[in-house]
Amino acid sequence: MGILSKKDAALILDPLADNNPITIQVLGICSALAITAELEASIVMAVSVLFVMGMGNVVISLMRNIIPSKIRIIVQLVVVATLVIVVDQVLKAFAYELSKTLSVFVGLIITNCIIMGRFEAFALANGPKRSFLDGIGNAAGYGFILVVIGFFRELLGSGTLLGIKVLGDPIEKTGLYAFGYENNGFMLLSPMALIVVGIIIWVQRSRNPALIEEN
Amino acid sequence: MLEHIELFFKSIFIDNMVFATFLGMCSYLAVSKKVTTAVGLGAAVIFVLAVTVPLNWLLDQYLLRDGALAWLGPEYADYNLSFLSFILFIATIATMVQLVEIVVEKFSPSLYNSLGIFLPLIAVNCAILGGSLFMQSRDIQTLGLAFNYGLSSGIGWFLAILAIAAIREKIRYSNVPAPLRGLGITFIITGLMAIGFMSFGGMLTGGDEAAPQEEVVAVAPTQEVSGLTADATQQDLTQKENGTVQEETPATNNLINE
Repeated sequence: MGILSKKDAALILDPLADNNPITIQVLGICSALAITAELEASIVMAVSVLFVMGMGNVVISLMRNIIPSKIRIIVQLVVVATLVIVVDQVLKAFAYELSKTLSVFVGLIITNCIIMGRFEAFALANGPKRSFLDGIGNAAGYGFILVVIGFFRELLGSGTLLGIKVLGDPIEKTGLYAFGYENNGFMLLSPMALIVVGIIIWVQRSRNPALIEEN
Repeated sequence: MLEHIELFFKSIFIDNMVFATFLGMCSYLAVSKKVTTAVGLGAAVIFVLAVTVPLNWLLDQYLLRDGALAWLGPEYADYNLSFLSFILFIATIATMVQLVEIVVEKFSPSLYNSLGIFLPLIAVNCAILGGSLFMQSRDIQTLGLAFNYGLSSGIGWFLAILAIAAIREKIRYSNVPAPLRGLGITFIITGLMAIGFMSFGGMLTGGDEAAPQEEVVAVAPTQEVSGLTADATQQDLTQKENGTVQEETPATNNLINE
């Protein structure tokens, strides 16, 4: 990381692990979990959030001195909504099937708490470059969890990754299925997303006891 | 009348905002430590959803959807402004929340004291915007149904946060493994509750009959070609036979399930 100072690098790296938006800050769970049944949808969602957060943080950071603090929420909402409309229109134009799968959840990026949270906590008080790095870092931390969940749900649920049959063909009984392996269709149902996140939190906190909550 | 009742129960139990679509998860996790605060936030969500969903329905119907501007004159009938729906919906929600806050503060200080602090939080609650977006994508027909949808989705959210808050108050006395304490166990409990709520899915099966029937029609020809009876669904047979039979197995299983 030659171009980035140590402090700037930390902005990107921290949210990936010990300050992860989903598992530690508990932000942005809303619009994410329902679309993680397939890896592809998770990746697209992660990239969309990355774009919206990076751009949004820069815009808000540039305007931070002229936004009256009383109406800042609505200014933030307008900025995010505009960026999300761009993402939504691009998806509808170039990946129509996928935009059907994501349905309302693209729109729900607007109320994704990570975005508002980072605007409030970071972009309103820092310059554009640091804000951009912070946005990218947090979106990457969010996307990382999304991809992990999508990976396990698609692999265990339908035996595929990105639509490719990695475990063999369940109907022709090749690969793993020849030994009597069955897909766990339960993984495709929405409740399992919550349980997978619970397990990720469990693993993460067992590895780093400093994160364990009181109570 | 019947469709109102159906929509009401469907939105509360089957399409529950928290358990089926994960909407409003952030506040659901953050404000569910005590039952009293959970009730306050839940009531505010019911209220705001019941107000904003019908309002956004009107916007969608007379401003946004394809051909919605026809009431202005025939030359406007070609406009489709639906790409603006995100920004208009969120603006409506933010202003309504602000308005409700001012009105409630003026006329009912006691209600304001119990609800007031939650109202600003709600503007960015995904459940509220989600309610409006689902209203749009599920193509709700009348203003009455839109109001019903907002109200019942709110009630569903209220029930969910009330239930998790009650469980979290109790679980404080349990010996949860250390890394799972707090957030982790809440996720897993919510997952289990969502599995429980899935059992409501069988409550209304009216709309689901069409799909399996189509499959039956599609299966019939392959059966004739391979000349097999219903006994042919046995697993061993499908393994040694050729492609046509293998294709048939899942379909005929569907037949038997019916």
